[in-house]
Amino acid sequence: MLSIEEVRRIAALARLELSPEEERLYAGQLSAILDYVRQLEELDVSGVEPMTHALAAGEAPALRADEVREGLGAERALAAAPARQGTAFLVPRIIE
Amino acid sequence: MSAELLALDLRALSGALAAGRVSSREATEAALSRIEATDGRVGAFLRVTAERARADAAAADERAARGARRGPLDGIPLAVKDLFLTEGVETTAGSRILEGYRPPYDATAVARLRAAGAVLLGKLNLDEFAMGSSNENSAFKPCRNPWDLARTPGGSSGGSAAAVAARQAWGTLGTDTGGSIREPASFCGVVGVKPTYGRVSRYGVVAFASSLDQVGPLARTVGDAALLLQAVAGHDERDMTSSTLPAGDYLARLEEGAAGLRIGVPREWFGGGLEPGVEARVREALARYEKLGARLVEVSLPHSRYAVAAYYLIAPAEASSNLARYDGVRYGLRAAARGLGEMYAGTRASGFGPEPKRRIMLGTYALSAGYYDAYYLRAQKVRTLIRRDFDRAFEACDVVAGPVAPTVAFRLGEKLSDPLQMYLADVYTISANLAALPGLSVPCGLHPAERMPVGLQLVGRPFDEATLLRAARALEREQGPPPAPPEAR
Repeated sequence: MLSIEEVRRIAALARLELSPEEERLYAGQLSAILDYVRQLEELDVSGVEPMTHALAAGEAPALRADEVREGLGAERALAAAPARQGTAFLVPRIIE
Repeated sequence: MSAELLALDLRALSGALAAGRVSSREATEAALSRIEATDGRVGAFLRVTAERARADAAAADERAARGARRGPLDGIPLAVKDLFLTEGVETTAGSRILEGYRPPYDATAVARLRAAGAVLLGKLNLDEFAMGSSNENSAFKPCRNPWDLARTPGGSSGGSAAAVAARQAWGTLGTDTGGSIREPASFCGVVGVKPTYGRVSRYGVVAFASSLDQVGPLARTVGDAALLLQAVAGHDERDMTSSTLPAGDYLARLEEGAAGLRIGVPREWFGGGLEPGVEARVREALARYEKLGARLVEVSLPHSRYAVAAYYLIAPAEASSNLARYDGVRYGLRAAARGLGEMYAGTRASGFGPEPKRRIMLGTYALSAGYYDAYYLRAQKVRTLIRRDFDRAFEACDVVAGPVAPTVAFRLGEKLSDPLQMYLADVYTISANLAALPGLSVPCGLHPAERMPVGLQLVGRPFDEATLLRAARALEREQGPPPAPPEAR
């Protein structure tokens, strides 16, 4: 069973602010899911390579030539910004 | 006129457009009227882009008048899941955190449909960030099954399946990370194809679990789905996981039947959890294949029982990383805050719904110091074992066949309070995602008691979508035309 403290630690790592009700709810639900996934411990996976990518065997990732191409451009990239200043995304002050 | 048009499948409409018997404007108006008449009940669309659709249709008619039709999809009204970026058209991924977001570019799959001349009717409902199996996790509204409005259409591409079943669009695009095309296709009685990982570009598709996500079509018939797949498949240099293998020809051998095909029946997919009425229809489909000259071969996928467990470590781990980008800085929601950290946490707290939060928490935990080897790395090794099972099975058979889901569509609210029960709806579909293999759902009749659609799942060798589609078409032809749901009559 995950403790409330552990739930808070994970939420902080994930940059999620949880209400006390959410903390209790997730402690229970995540514990149930983790209990379920623990069935993987039944398997002997020694010597098994992890499947770290899903590409077809022998197929290398497709990398294009490293040449300059037109990008999105600052105006289009910034068009959906909640706040901006010139060609920069504006965020709350970090250093007082 | 409108009802007759709506009764045509995509390829029949395409033929009528090519012959000049109907115009794209007539087809588009028929679809828009159908959406207007039915979507208040069904809820398949989050956004209908009627003006844009009318302009696209007018352009298609103008091309047709000049003798410059671009091909079979020119002028056909389609719609896409609201997970695909559409330039200048709001794209939300079903989440409040992206409400109002207008992307600066089209997803490659959308751009390819547009280039083929398709008319886009709007954006379809889904579970938030494609996380769910019932469409109930949409932050905006539920979507309902056109066969029975008290039931879910499945998910996460619930709107994509419901829109096809309700005859609001001639075809749609969805995405499938653990069954999100196949399960709703099965629940709504339509055809849904999840291609091989890497077959269709993921560029411009809001990312959920990058090593599992794949784009695919949903349509009324196998041939329609094949035509749509043909339009979107193929290498895209903007997606480094996009395969450089040339796309197959999905229509050339579609009618060649199932004679001589070896169909693998995994014994593990017919165990205790499978509802008897669903099993009866699936077994009946297998018997039809035998009648058509295919040979049934028993195969074993011994590790498939671990698929859900491996998936619920891998997918949330990747999701927790992908969803880190929603921080209130570059697009979407931003919570008022005094400092940066408070802005991140506040934005994410108010923008994400319960399921994304749950998966972000789970994934963050599985990747955190001290747990990575025990959870994430072990799951990746089990993924290898699951893929090996299929490789072995395909030594003895050409396609694997079984159920898509253990039950027919369940009722709204039925599984909402227990996430684990919801996850188990994908018990038969997740393996194909973990193994990166192509899979599809093809209707195989109605449940004998519940009168709801049942889908047969076919899984194939990597990049062998052509054989899968041919096998599905053979069954479809043998069964005859499927009944239409009440919302489409």
